[in-house]
Amino acid sequence: MALRYLVLILLAIVFLIPFYVLLRNAFSTQQNIAAATWHWLPDNVGLSGLTDLFGNSNVPIARSLLNSVVVSVVQTVATVIISALAGYGLARIDHKAARLVLVMTVLTLMVPAAVTFIPSFVMVSSLGWISSLRGLIVPGLFSAFATFLFRQFFLGFPHELEESAQIDGAGYWRTFWRVVMPNTFGICAAVGTIVFIGSWNAFLWPLLIGQDDAHRTIQVALSQFLTSQRILYPQLFLGSLVSMIPVLLVFVFLQRYLVQGVERSGID
Amino acid sequence: MSAAVVPRPDVVENRPGVRARRRHRALWFWIFTGPFFAGLMIFIYIPIVWSIYLSFFDARNTVTPTKFVGLANYTYLLTDPTFLRSLGTFVVFAAFIIPVTWASSLGLALLLNRVRVAKAFFRSVFFLPTACSYVIAAMIWRLSIFNGARFGLINIAIRALGGDDVNWLGGDGYWYWVALVSLRLWLQVGFYMILFVAGLQRIPADTYEAAALDGATGFRVFRFITLPQLRSTSAAVLLLVLIAAFQAFDEFYNSLITVGGYPPYAKPPLVYLYLISLGGNSQDLGLGSAGTIILTIIIAFVGLLQLRFFGLGRKEDRA
Repeated sequence: MALRYLVLILLAIVFLIPFYVLLRNAFSTQQNIAAATWHWLPDNVGLSGLTDLFGNSNVPIARSLLNSVVVSVVQTVATVIISALAGYGLARIDHKAARLVLVMTVLTLMVPAAVTFIPSFVMVSSLGWISSLRGLIVPGLFSAFATFLFRQFFLGFPHELEESAQIDGAGYWRTFWRVVMPNTFGICAAVGTIVFIGSWNAFLWPLLIGQDDAHRTIQVALSQFLTSQRILYPQLFLGSLVSMIPVLLVFVFLQRYLVQGVERSGID
Repeated sequence: MSAAVVPRPDVVENRPGVRARRRHRALWFWIFTGPFFAGLMIFIYIPIVWSIYLSFFDARNTVTPTKFVGLANYTYLLTDPTFLRSLGTFVVFAAFIIPVTWASSLGLALLLNRVRVAKAFFRSVFFLPTACSYVIAAMIWRLSIFNGARFGLINIAIRALGGDDVNWLGGDGYWYWVALVSLRLWLQVGFYMILFVAGLQRIPADTYEAAALDGATGFRVFRFITLPQLRSTSAAVLLLVLIAAFQAFDEFYNSLITVGGYPPYAKPPLVYLYLISLGGNSQDLGLGSAGTIILTIIIAFVGLLQLRFFGLGRKEDRA
């Protein structure tokens, strides 16, 4: 058992090294980072880096952070609602098209959206949505994965609650919002946390759609910074650190739901 | 007489009240699933069909092309050494990342499984990198840990051990694979570890008790009890890692692209497609569409093969 803990502690240190490096670089001077010997401690602890970062007009960090917040929050809320509705319809409302919708949903699970980025780009560009928040947000709202999870969840949902609501005269709509949804916090949080982290960290689609400064998400802005002529290490790492705050908050406070979401993603 | 009182099913079906109820149900079915289904059609199915159409045209800088070129886009791609090399890059990447991720995530889950104290802490530490974006991970790897200059962390360690600096991502031999595989492993392994932890918890305790009664211990228990019981979890993990590797883009792009462009090596299929169709100076949507169709066929085929091979989806396999 002692050996097991020793291995775990060593592995934990290895896993944390990249985060340590991020922190050290964010609060170091360029010289400290570029020294030929490793400086374990940061040499520029304080908030001066932040004012430099947000004052750097070449990299509109504040604007891209705001874009990311809008895109991720809207995508998370809308995806959960759209998928919950669709999952409920597929699980509970008997209709001859249900099988077709389900098969088409499962088929798209096989072919991930990243592979079809060119067709989606063609569609979005013909809608005139390049360099717009709509273009960043809307195509990502229709998650086959989330819909499938909700369908599976509702299949196992006890009938009794809905039946008593229907006896009281409630239709599908009222039953869903008044009786079903208040009992789905766990699955909504599980799907929501996964969607939020995926949306916040997304790169390829925002790279294609956010083609001007006003529509870059934080990941695209950081990437541009990273591949530019002259890299300001401290600012870049500090910007990355700031950009991780929302996902770290989700991670710390909602990890239970995130883990549930991950567990569900592996077992259909 | 009593038989005539019970109406025949088809008569019931055609009664006005039942028909109205069925129409009512159909209406509500589409109110619930309509938004999702419409989005699926508009942003996935119609674009794919449109792309099949575009793939037969010279569609440079246009989505409504007029010059039909038949299979020219396909023959161009399938004879382009760069495209074939990008498929080779994927195969090499998959050959590393799939077994390494499977073994590491299973290993971490097994390590955690019997721990009592601080289990949640260690689980969180291994899971934490999944919160990091590939862009930031690529930045940390490229600029600090695997920087080819003297101040890269690994290079400092190598020099301390008496070795020479390695230009990790600059095209020195095949060293870039060390950086790229370790990056993805670090970022993803916690995700798959969670799946294995859940899988281990589903193994009934009496299976182990029975094995203990038979005198099985240590590796034999793992080999003949644990591993077979984790079969469906393993299959799911392998499939998810494979599909994710096929979509690799973010870390390759951000680790390797420079002001001068993308280097000729380590170019996976999506990066290749991006560079020839959208990332360059002109947009060649015909070529890009043909590439999409080829990749879609490959990933669907590989997915089906793996489903068949591992029997994922057979109900009796599941705990």
